[in-house]
Amino acid sequence: MTAVAAGGARARGEEAIVDVGILSFGAYLPRLRLQRAAVVEHNAWLNPALRSQAAGERSMAGWDEDTVTMAVEAARDCLAGVPREEVAAVHLASTTHPFADRSNAGIAAAALSLRAEVATQDLAGSLRAGTSGLLAALAMAGTAGPVLLAAADRRRARPGGSQELAFGDGAAALLVGPGRPLAKVLATHTEAVDFVDHFRASGAEYDYGWEERWIREEGYLKLVPAAIARVLARAGVAPGSVTHFCLPSMLSKVAPAVARRAGLPEAAVRDDLAAVCGDTGTAHPLLMLAHALEQARPGDRILVAQLGQGCDAVLLEATAALAERRARRGVTGSLARRRAESRYGKLLAFAGAAPFERGMRAEGDRGTALSSLFRNRKLVLGFVGGRCGRCGTQQIPKTDVCVAPGCGAVKSQVDQPFAELPAEVVSFTADALAYTPDPPAVYGMVGFAGGGRLFVDFADVEADEVHVGMPMRMAFRIKDVDPQRGFTRYFWKATPATQG
Amino acid sequence: MASGIRDKVAIVGMGCSRFGERWDCEAEDLMVESFQEALGDAGIEARQIEAAWFGNALEEQHVGKSAVPLATALRLPYVPVTRVENLCASGSEAFRGAVYAVASGACDLALALGSEKLKDSGYAGLPQRSRGVLNGQYWANYSAPGAFAQLASAYRAKHGVAAQDLKRAMAHVSVKSHANAARNEKAHLRNAITVEAVLNAPMIAAPLGLYDCCGVSDGAACAIVTTPDIARGLGKRDLVTVKAIQLSVSNGTEAQHDSWDGAHLVTTRVAARRAYEEAGIRDPRAELDLVEVHDCFSITELVTLEDLRLSPEGGASRDVLDGFYDADGALPCQIDGGLKCFGHPIGASGLRMIYELYLQLQGRAGPRQRARTPRLALTHNLGGAPHQNVSSVVIVGGGGA
Repeated sequence: MTAVAAGGARARGEEAIVDVGILSFGAYLPRLRLQRAAVVEHNAWLNPALRSQAAGERSMAGWDEDTVTMAVEAARDCLAGVPREEVAAVHLASTTHPFADRSNAGIAAAALSLRAEVATQDLAGSLRAGTSGLLAALAMAGTAGPVLLAAADRRRARPGGSQELAFGDGAAALLVGPGRPLAKVLATHTEAVDFVDHFRASGAEYDYGWEERWIREEGYLKLVPAAIARVLARAGVAPGSVTHFCLPSMLSKVAPAVARRAGLPEAAVRDDLAAVCGDTGTAHPLLMLAHALEQARPGDRILVAQLGQGCDAVLLEATAALAERRARRGVTGSLARRRAESRYGKLLAFAGAAPFERGMRAEGDRGTALSSLFRNRKLVLGFVGGRCGRCGTQQIPKTDVCVAPGCGAVKSQVDQPFAELPAEVVSFTADALAYTPDPPAVYGMVGFAGGGRLFVDFADVEADEVHVGMPMRMAFRIKDVDPQRGFTRYFWKATPATQG
Repeated sequence: MASGIRDKVAIVGMGCSRFGERWDCEAEDLMVESFQEALGDAGIEARQIEAAWFGNALEEQHVGKSAVPLATALRLPYVPVTRVENLCASGSEAFRGAVYAVASGACDLALALGSEKLKDSGYAGLPQRSRGVLNGQYWANYSAPGAFAQLASAYRAKHGVAAQDLKRAMAHVSVKSHANAARNEKAHLRNAITVEAVLNAPMIAAPLGLYDCCGVSDGAACAIVTTPDIARGLGKRDLVTVKAIQLSVSNGTEAQHDSWDGAHLVTTRVAARRAYEEAGIRDPRAELDLVEVHDCFSITELVTLEDLRLSPEGGASRDVLDGFYDADGALPCQIDGGLKCFGHPIGASGLRMIYELYLQLQGRAGPRQRARTPRLALTHNLGGAPHQNVSSVVIVGGGGA
């Protein structure tokens, strides 16, 4: 059991108090929202109890999204306006990391073009990985510098079960560090208890869970209030002064019951987004925190708790800086960027839960030459091109000889990041022939603000809404999955820049 | 100063296999089929061939690498044979090699043969293949129709054409080729179709539907070339000579630089300009009698007609709808059915185009022969995608042109 009582960390040798807290935040939800009623319609014959979960929708990752891609998108949202070289560490929390042995945080760091000496760490092993990561980041950021903490899950559920309806896919990111935080940490508390409400063995596809009533009575209603009492006592804060209480739970009405038992105001209990998104696992407490920060006022006290073989609790206080925060997509924007999806088959197909016919064109070898990927990592992972030092022409990929007609300077280019440049469609098609797990394959030429263009795959786009001149934004996505070797390769795709 | 290829080389014999789904044939059978016809046409024997160029693009689908499969299939007498590959323009590349060899004086009789056996892939459309170690990591996941469909979107934006108007003009392109192929017994697709059928066909890569796409075929075509003097020595009259061969290859500008509008083929314009210069043509629309263009997709034909300066920019649709390019029009395009209906066995296509011109220039094209024998004719053979490609233009002349 560890705990930190903090109103800020005292900088060594100085009198000034440097607040440690949340400097920025971001969120990402996949655009597709699977309608639960559609799932229930398919599966209620097997399990009539599912009918009680037929309301609302859940976020559903596309075939080309995973923990890493969603984390990168949340991180980009979080880091908008933040110089990337300031980030000292990337911690990526998830129970669904795509790689068991290849730094997932390292992929994110490369995609975000962070500095070479950035520290990376994958956090895993429990739904508490996100909040435990926050505690760790708060503890280290005072000395190590800003920590980018991202949490994401692309949760797999057995077809026909209730988890399929309760889960969501998504990511949240926090920049934690010293400085002028949007919310400063007042106290933290964590404790480990091997309370196994559910588990998933290494290599297993799906969770195995115990009875919900037991989880509620012995888990939520005992472990969580105790942790809350500890964190409030440590901060010297009365329960009644908490204005936002973030507690993910897939059991209904648990958070209000916990609030009652902990003495928190009923009005402080925040929406767990079950109706519009579902539970995004390790990301969810941070997603709820980000949502709270979008709505909080300076001085508001935000309590975040997460159960998972123990309990984490963090008490934060919104600062005046929150009022000046820049606009971002955040949770609100992510929720608004949605497309209702009623085809349950897409969930099965994208999750690989059923052996769908994919056709002979899917048989092609998708092997990746790892040595080539390494040489070209700035292009492939970071979407970095070049800018000619002689004529100034932007181009991607960066090559030895400048592409500008009449220039032809050799080895004249410096790195030019393209990922954040606005783009627009030059030409396009929706292709029913080329193999893709989500046909049709929509792709085309996009041109970038300031110059340069690339023929790329599109994502999150409807074939009939694309037009020449359409504003696009690049997004980090899965390019191919190599079923033969289990390797996932990533690249950037063009997505609509403005999307409801 | 280079003097060009004009009238230095004559075609003395040509052959072309029947194109189509040749389930009963290996690629080698198709090579022999076309070569036997060419030998008979030239009036020579195989042992007289002094050098050969073998064009194919998807060798991993049939014969494998190198020129050995050609030398073996034809039992060539240990002569130099070179395999060339330049995407869908591989057949024209083989022709260029053979013609240049004769023009250089290195040999008297040279063979260019292109062959492709595509129908062992197990599915419709062009086979998927590796694009290279790095390309596969970042190129769009595109098919051939999807790549060329890009032209339609950019062309519409550039010229302000309504989607349905362009789709209808494209449909006329395909209807014309089907009508022409009905008179070609070697063609793959010989059925007549209607504009409505084209418009209602399943979408492949928007806006290209099934009938906007050329056939994927098995086939082979070849040419035996020599000097005009030797051709006359073989008893040939009314020689068909090479007036120009030009090839232009993308250098990445279209793919990476903002100067390209996406609505035309830069390489085709360059190759055409050089070819007209080499052949001494000032007004191609007026001077050319017949053209075979790389109509892999209907939109490609429309755009190419403008890139070749046969129609004014933005005006190809008008000319197509007016019948300018019909078999009985002022300047027939794809009188043999084109890639669309004669078929597209990749490596053979460039030579198949020349084959049709060769027959027409000599008045030997049977039921589809132009009433007034053409004198100056052009082929355009394209490989790749609009944003990065190779484009070949060959001009041949007969009747003393």
